Amino acid sequence: MTLTASGKRDLRQELEAILGPGAVLSDPDELLVYESDGLTLFRALADFVVFPTSAEHVSAIVKLANREKLPFVARGAGTGLSGGCLPTEGGIVISLMRMNRVLEVDYDNQIAVVEPGLVNLHLSWKVGPRGYYYAPDPSSQQACTIGGNIANNSGGPHTLKYGVTTNHVLGLEVVMPDGEVVWLGGKTRDACGYDLAGVFVGSEGTFGIATKIVVRILKKPQAVKTVLAVFDEIDRASEAVSAVIGRGLVPAAMEMIDHLTIQAVEDAFGCGYPRDAAAALLIELDGLAVGMEAQAERIVAACRETGAREIRTARTESERLLLWKGRKSAFGAYGRISPAYMVMDGVIPRTKLPYVLHRVNEIVAAAGLRVGNVFHAGDGNLHPNLLYDPRKPGDEARVVAAGAEIMKVCAEVGGSISGEHGIGLEKSDFMPFIFSAADLAFMHRLKSAFNPTGLCNPGKIFPTKKSCGEVGPVAYRPHPIEEKGLAQRF
Amino acid sequence: MDASPLTLHGLSVEGVNQCVHCGLCLAYCPTFSVLGTEMDSPRGRIFLVKSLAEGRMSLSDSTVRHLSLCLDCRACETVCPAGVPYGQLIEAAKAEIERQRPGGPVRRIFRWLNFGLLLGHPRLLALAASGARLYQASGLQRLARRSGLIRRLPGTLPAWDALLPTVPSKAERAAPPRLTPAEGPRRARVALLTGCVQSVVFGAHNRATARVLAKNGCDVVVPDGQGCCGALNAHGGDHARALAMARSTIDTFEAAGVEAVIVNTSGCGAHMKAYGHLLADDPAYAARAKRFVASVQDLAEFLAREPLRGPLSPVPLTCTYHDPCHVVHGQKIKSEPRQLLAQIPGLRLVELAESDWCCGSAGIYNLTQPEMATRLLHRKVGHVLATQAEALVTANPGCILQIQAGLSAHDAKVNVLHLVEILDRAYGGHGGSRR
Repeated sequence: MTLTASGKRDLRQELEAILGPGAVLSDPDELLVYESDGLTLFRALADFVVFPTSAEHVSAIVKLANREKLPFVARGAGTGLSGGCLPTEGGIVISLMRMNRVLEVDYDNQIAVVEPGLVNLHLSWKVGPRGYYYAPDPSSQQACTIGGNIANNSGGPHTLKYGVTTNHVLGLEVVMPDGEVVWLGGKTRDACGYDLAGVFVGSEGTFGIATKIVVRILKKPQAVKTVLAVFDEIDRASEAVSAVIGRGLVPAAMEMIDHLTIQAVEDAFGCGYPRDAAAALLIELDGLAVGMEAQAERIVAACRETGAREIRTARTESERLLLWKGRKSAFGAYGRISPAYMVMDGVIPRTKLPYVLHRVNEIVAAAGLRVGNVFHAGDGNLHPNLLYDPRKPGDEARVVAAGAEIMKVCAEVGGSISGEHGIGLEKSDFMPFIFSAADLAFMHRLKSAFNPTGLCNPGKIFPTKKSCGEVGPVAYRPHPIEEKGLAQRF
Repeated sequence: MDASPLTLHGLSVEGVNQCVHCGLCLAYCPTFSVLGTEMDSPRGRIFLVKSLAEGRMSLSDSTVRHLSLCLDCRACETVCPAGVPYGQLIEAAKAEIERQRPGGPVRRIFRWLNFGLLLGHPRLLALAASGARLYQASGLQRLARRSGLIRRLPGTLPAWDALLPTVPSKAERAAPPRLTPAEGPRRARVALLTGCVQSVVFGAHNRATARVLAKNGCDVVVPDGQGCCGALNAHGGDHARALAMARSTIDTFEAAGVEAVIVNTSGCGAHMKAYGHLLADDPAYAARAKRFVASVQDLAEFLAREPLRGPLSPVPLTCTYHDPCHVVHGQKIKSEPRQLLAQIPGLRLVELAESDWCCGSAGIYNLTQPEMATRLLHRKVGHVLATQAEALVTANPGCILQIQAGLSAHDAKVNVLHLVEILDRAYGGHGGSRR
């Protein structure tokens, strides 16, 4: 729906009455800043951006939106990479950045209760002095929020050993899409009834808005060892990944970083990656000190046997952190070598790594683009970053088309189209690559149970009919059968 | 689409295209951390500057507000993987704001008085300092404050009065000698920037700097006729005068024939190191600026290249260190001051939480944006008190004044000292401080 100027004024007043002064944006110049998340290929403007500080606030805003039939969507730090928090049909963006407290830490039971706008890394900072940390560590953890992690069921380098966000969430307080406040799960490990917290995590903001989150915190490992295996051929690095896992070794993390990406991160922070390498594997072991050396030796042997030219070990904590800083800043570092990039997020069986990386290179070369690869090799979660210049005519369309082809390859080898960045806007049209019509229809029914009006983050996850070459969200035009009430759009 | 370089009224803002919108800067921006609004984050401001340069929007009231609220602390540059030259972008934006919105006659006169007259003419600044000293020492300031007269002054004048630093006596303001000869084996011949505000309020720090450098084998010259380096003008959007001041500073220090130009203030050092960019389009000065930049060094940066020369007497103090923004973010100097403090016998250094966060001083920010400045100051003071240190050490006059004011408001008995005061004490000086 389109708001009239006077309707907008009235709504603004109502929102201000709920939230108080300084918590409602409607100035077009201010809204513009919220038109994208971390993926600038997609843009959409909201009518309002609001800043609640409590579940009561969120509930009141959601009820108002329902009354006005206005779409609404939650937003954290806006570091997402699939356009998942964009207001594709206008309406209200509910920023959770002022709900960023750690409400409670129970060290004995190893849980923390936090608000959704808390920055991921800040939780580890908070509990760090007592020897604890929060395990899921998306590369953007210095800026992204726990709420956003919930939406996308985010992973990170240490996913290999510790699992993704859902493995660390025990319960959530959620404002449902009708404004009702409910608890899904709780503070105990074994909640009874349906695992609704499990259903909610990864629902990309389409099932409601979490306002409190109960997460597990872990004791920091007794020992950590980080090695860098350097390769002159990327295929050898891919083979090393399978060799390590094939021997039953489970590193905490095993990350691949390719030649082009090494140039970018070395330009950025001088992290200690060899610039002449074709690829490097950043491998980390953690756990008990006993036996760690032996395990490290077996991993190093596997890398050498598959052709590593050199193995380096981080000698100090600062060397280790610097290597990780390079890995975790890699996406941003592409700014050193390109004005924009689009990151893909495919998952494939590890054994297909060499084949898929070759196909990616072929597709990208055919499109006349460049690609940097930096990804979670241990669990086969690829991140080809397609570099382009938005000011060059045709570049955006070529990126979108090449991205779609890469996703097809991932699906063909038995993989998936998203590891951790979410489907959002970007990959909604790729859903049929891996899901049948019946699969998708069932997901629709689940979504309807949570979000019957479809006002909560519309236009995401499910395929639209737009063509692949089209850039940016398409304005919502109701289909004639929708207008007659015969069908509903999700 | 147009692919020509982006500018704002002739100043390049092409750097906006280096931003890939990753958002890793967000949590490190003080204003975003306080407000949570993306227009008040580095990524948001870069987007605003880009939209202005591309003509997607005009300079609206709200955009002016968000760009003006930037501290220019450059914490975002330290964490930016893409290497966005944020400081240059925000300076260009502030110059554009001044061009489009010069304000009413009172504001214009006020800016001319400060940026043109006082900062541009060291003698007038000295005269004004004498005036301020008279105003304070005679009790006039107290009278004006008590009678409530101050509160009736227009604009931000009451805030200026509240933050007017206590100007010391003329003897305390004296500049160091024109030449302080090196002691022991000669290491280098260096020149000292005495600064504008620094020379008026903290002349003692300059004298201590000369002594400490001499103890470390430097012939220290203080060139006559040096003026303001132009940092305050550049940060305040007064681009044209900033250029003139940069040229004149280069002229003065080139003539001194030294190996290094030593700076003991944060903003001046960072700004002088940026002369290369500032004067890149000036054929007469571009090459000279590059040479000059290579000679500019922060005091800690210079001293930490070699172990401090002894003998050093103990300074039995528990200290914590606050990183001035334009030292840590503007010049990437973080370990050096700590290395120096660690060499002083008897001194115990405890780390300060968020030591590299802006204290809210930020040039004249505490005058132009008192509300945000106060919020950041409270945060800083809380961290300082948590360390239970007896002294807070830092390296910039603005930070010293700001944090001192914050601590006094809490009745906290924490000394706020310049790094050079501690070093000077270790060399048997009186620390140079009037406190």
